[in-house]
Amino acid sequence: MILPSFIIIPLLATFIITLIAGKKDGWAIVISLIAVSSLFILSLFAFFAMGSQTVTYSMGNWPVPYGIVLVMDAFTSFMLIMVSLISLTSLLFSIQYIRQLSMDWKYYALFMLLFSGMNGVIITGDLFNLFVFMEIALLAAFALVAYGSRAEEFEAAFKYAVMGSVSSSIILVGIAVTYGATSTLTLAKIAEILPQKDPVILLWIGGLFMAGFGLKAAAMPFHAWLPDAHSSAPAPISAMLSGVLIKALGVYALIRIFFNVLGAPLIFMQIFMVMGVVSIIIGVFLAIAQWDMKRLLAYHSISQIGYILLGMGLATPLGIIGAVYHLFNHALFKSLLFYNAGAVEMALGTRDLKRMGNLSKLLPVTSHTSMVASLSIAGIPPFNGFFSKLVIIIAAIQAGQPILAFLAVIGSILTLASFMKVQRYGFRGEREIEKVKTKIGWSMNLAMLSIAFLCLVTSIMIIPGIKEVTLDPVMAAIMNKAEYIQLVMGR
Amino acid sequence: MTVYLLCFILFLVGLYGVLTKRDLIKIVLALTIMANAANLFLILFGYNANAGYPILSEGVVPGPMVDPLTQAMVLTAIVIELGATALLVAFVVRLFQKYKTFDITKIRRLSG
Repeated sequence: MILPSFIIIPLLATFIITLIAGKKDGWAIVISLIAVSSLFILSLFAFFAMGSQTVTYSMGNWPVPYGIVLVMDAFTSFMLIMVSLISLTSLLFSIQYIRQLSMDWKYYALFMLLFSGMNGVIITGDLFNLFVFMEIALLAAFALVAYGSRAEEFEAAFKYAVMGSVSSSIILVGIAVTYGATSTLTLAKIAEILPQKDPVILLWIGGLFMAGFGLKAAAMPFHAWLPDAHSSAPAPISAMLSGVLIKALGVYALIRIFFNVLGAPLIFMQIFMVMGVVSIIIGVFLAIAQWDMKRLLAYHSISQIGYILLGMGLATPLGIIGAVYHLFNHALFKSLLFYNAGAVEMALGTRDLKRMGNLSKLLPVTSHTSMVASLSIAGIPPFNGFFSKLVIIIAAIQAGQPILAFLAVIGSILTLASFMKVQRYGFRGEREIEKVKTKIGWSMNLAMLSIAFLCLVTSIMIIPGIKEVTLDPVMAAIMNKAEYIQLVMGR
Repeated sequence: MTVYLLCFILFLVGLYGVLTKRDLIKIVLALTIMANAANLFLILFGYNANAGYPILSEGVVPGPMVDPLTQAMVLTAIVIELGATALLVAFVVRLFQKYKTFDITKIRRLSG
């Protein structure tokens, strides 16, 4: 019975926020904080209590292949923890940050819609239901990108909306082809029927879904919208978009469809590997030339998604562990970096690295946490980014792809170089700055400090003994297609 | 088979419009064409020329029926597309207020 609450609670919160709107904006913050933190506790409980079990819930008590089914396995609850953790810190960060942009309650209502859409995409076991929740999350994201109501923000939001609509249409055609071939929409039933069909259909379905969800994940040939949209949004929304939205809508859906439904077809895995490496290299080269801090971070999202796709394309157990681990780590340090950029933008009124300077005295929390995040994303031990990149590179060598492993190492070194630039000019520069425009409040500091702490703590997830209870069940849930079918169909 | 091919061509016409048109309104229209082609695909996969409507009533001999599920899905998809189109048009209105033009090549304050 806890499965529908992941969709019901945030939707209910949206409804209540819009109902009491206008009178008390403080209540909007309280309601959304309660909703997100309760779901965070619920998802933590689900992950550690269930282990490698799978729970299903049939909506309206329709039997499984006919009705909509909600599925919760280790991978689902792992993603739910990630989404609600980043949403919680993002809300904490928003309390002060959004007040300067006015229209408080609309922001929180849209935020809860975004949250419920992502939860729905993650928890559903039905292909068309996934499409509907994806659209809920996307429409909320378009509106939130344009929230600041400046010309650049509308421009970015329009580009994002056009690309989002194109990818949704491609996915809808993919769903139509899938339904035409298998006469069902339940993912487990599709997985059961599809191997008996013509292999050409597999190519059509895989190609359409790869293009559609690849656009959402912003892998290299489909990346053009990401830097505009992610750098124009308000900082907490940039953190949500870069940290979890491209993963929940893009990478999660890709992994779920290509592993649990299509059974990791070799040709697509090779395409993912190449796509991943191209994203790593070109993304980091585009990032290193940027002087706008948020734009630089947005280009790094493309590059880091490349690591996840590389680990996923290897399709070995170690590669999957690396991909899932990097997915979680990237959500942490990328959202922390966007919080830092937002705090600096609020304090100094600029995002240009050339106009920043020595901030370590004026903004101690921001500059120290940004150091932690930079070291994490560049892959310096003992921070979490080092371990996940190491796992992916070792997996690439073990799978007989030394060239790809070498290119991944090159990408990591260039990442280090570009973040040395951020530290050198942005936070520890020579330019003296006398005073800040706005003080950074406790809630923003709390959000940054807690994520920085987690950047250090999550590096123990790879240690043998802890790995068995955190990453291994997730990997098992992804790799074992037959078991997924069996558990969902209830046999 | 011809019908499927024509439907796919309609989809590509929409994609071509999104990629090449410079007018904001025409881009929105091209997106609508794409979405409608996707809807037509769904309808086509559920359609059968020799089948009846999917309602059982007295005096009607049960035979092959058109699949009603795709039609239900298309209804949902149309409503979603309505929302997305409304949002896009709202963006176009605000963009025109800010930039005083509908030409996408002149709307580039964000550096590439």
